[in-house]
Amino acid sequence: MKLIVAIIRPEKLNEVLEALYLAEVRGLTVSSVQGHGGELEQVETYRGTTVKLNLHPKVRLEIGVSEPFVERTVQILLNSAWTGEVGDGKVFVLPVEKVYRIRTGEADEAAVTPALPGEGADVH
Amino acid sequence: MDQTLLLTLAQAGPPPGSKPIDGADTAWLLVATALVLLMTPALGFFYGGLVRSKNMLNTLMMSFASLGVVGVAWALIGFSVAFAPGWAGSGGLGYAGLRGVGLEGGAWGATPHLLYMAYQGSFAIIAAALISGAVVERMRFGPYLAFIAAWSVLVYAPVAHWVWGGGWLAELGALDFAGGAVVHVNAGVAAVVAAVTVGSRKDYGKQALLPHDVSYVLLGAGLLWFGWFGFNGGSALAANGVAALAFVNTLLAPAAALTAWMLLDMLRSRKATAVGAGTGVVVGLVAITPAAGFVGPLGAMAIGALAAGPSHALISWRSRTRLDDSLDVFAAHGTGGITGALLTGVFAQAAWGGTDGLLFGNPGLVLRQLAAIVAAGAYSGVATFAILRLIALVSPLRASARDEGVGLDVVEHGEEAYASGEGAVLVLPRRRAADAAGMDPDYRRPAVHPTRMEAP
Repeated sequence: MKLIVAIIRPEKLNEVLEALYLAEVRGLTVSSVQGHGGELEQVETYRGTTVKLNLHPKVRLEIGVSEPFVERTVQILLNSAWTGEVGDGKVFVLPVEKVYRIRTGEADEAAVTPALPGEGADVH
Repeated sequence: MDQTLLLTLAQAGPPPGSKPIDGADTAWLLVATALVLLMTPALGFFYGGLVRSKNMLNTLMMSFASLGVVGVAWALIGFSVAFAPGWAGSGGLGYAGLRGVGLEGGAWGATPHLLYMAYQGSFAIIAAALISGAVVERMRFGPYLAFIAAWSVLVYAPVAHWVWGGGWLAELGALDFAGGAVVHVNAGVAAVVAAVTVGSRKDYGKQALLPHDVSYVLLGAGLLWFGWFGFNGGSALAANGVAALAFVNTLLAPAAALTAWMLLDMLRSRKATAVGAGTGVVVGLVAITPAAGFVGPLGAMAIGALAAGPSHALISWRSRTRLDDSLDVFAAHGTGGITGALLTGVFAQAAWGGTDGLLFGNPGLVLRQLAAIVAAGAYSGVATFAILRLIALVSPLRASARDEGVGLDVVEHGEEAYASGEGAVLVLPRRRAADAAGMDPDYRRPAVHPTRMEAP
């Protein structure tokens, strides 16, 4: 299994979640983060003070998936988070040593997407 | 310069038909003007709390900007179109540029003409700002400014003339104490037309578009109520019993509407919502506006309670349709104004200063009220559409999908409502930046880079 970490635009989050849901990728964690990926600086002015914002709000997704779901999940992220402008984000695929589902104590493939019939995922 | 103008400018002393100034009346109208002016920032917070945080400043600015551009347009020409001597459909240009608007009392009451101009101006300002609720989160700011300036002169001012400036609805005998048709039906219909002409938000109907801060909604509603005492109480244009009646009715009708709205909410979902409470207050205020000085206090409570029903039902229904009147301007102001204007025809009572209505043996008043609603609504709809289409010929009305995604605060104003300050680099002139970093200004290297993402 793999841990897929994606950094995406906040305004793309709903589209990405919908696409993942339709592809039956279940179980993920979302956090708000800030980052910089070479996009153009955003200039703001408050009274006489002009500032360049080097850190942009982004959303970070962490998704644990079983091997057969890795390629599918990456493709979904690449398609649904895409705008074509600098700042669309990154997808990282990381190896995972062990995964446990806390509720049941299940480990590894049984603890990540896909949730097989009868098992039920923790997060919908 | 023609001779009439020279004569007007040279004219000394009070014009014919002027009245002496009454101190109490003037004091009350001064306060009432300031109260009504506060309603526009209050509306900004009411609307701002209902949008997503990335559009908070833009939504506030849509209201604040009206204080500027509509205020100027009103002084330069709007007041004249509404209140200068003219014909049944519109005032003339006699008061353009405030020519001949002095400090004497007159047909409007024993208060200075100039103060009356300012009081009416505060109505024009909020009427235009009301429309913004239908186009928030996607209309571009420049075209919006052009729209509200043009709308206040070409739509608001003529309709104000019909009812208050001696125009044809006044002749017909329709009752509109403080602007149920002039302000609320007018702005409510303009809002629907604007929502359709500008188009829906790109995510409307696909994603949940939730209020970002409901506490601002209640803050705005509370301040609107406070200001509305000037809106209705001041419309007596004197410090007298009618002002007191309108004032008390402005307390009781929203109280009844708020109570009814909470009950309707509880019937629907067992929970009285805070957004619903704020909306209920506004609907009650809108509904009592045309009736405030014509009905008794029990009639006012009946109007407030009865007005909650149609607006509550329309809000529930509208959000399931494709009409993105984003903040339900029509359900609150259009519907509240229509219900209030019709119920004015039912509950108005000669004993309280109105014309007797349906309950007191005069069903004809309801028909005259209906005529005022239809006329104001029809003219507003057609003229609003024409103004927006004309502006669209010069400049697109709505933001691009990308700008809408990023949010209009950054795109239109270059600011954020809730900036964290993290990752913000101060932009200094080149020499000062070099000094700050202790560097030779001619050495080409970026100055300070707090995120340290570039090599030192």
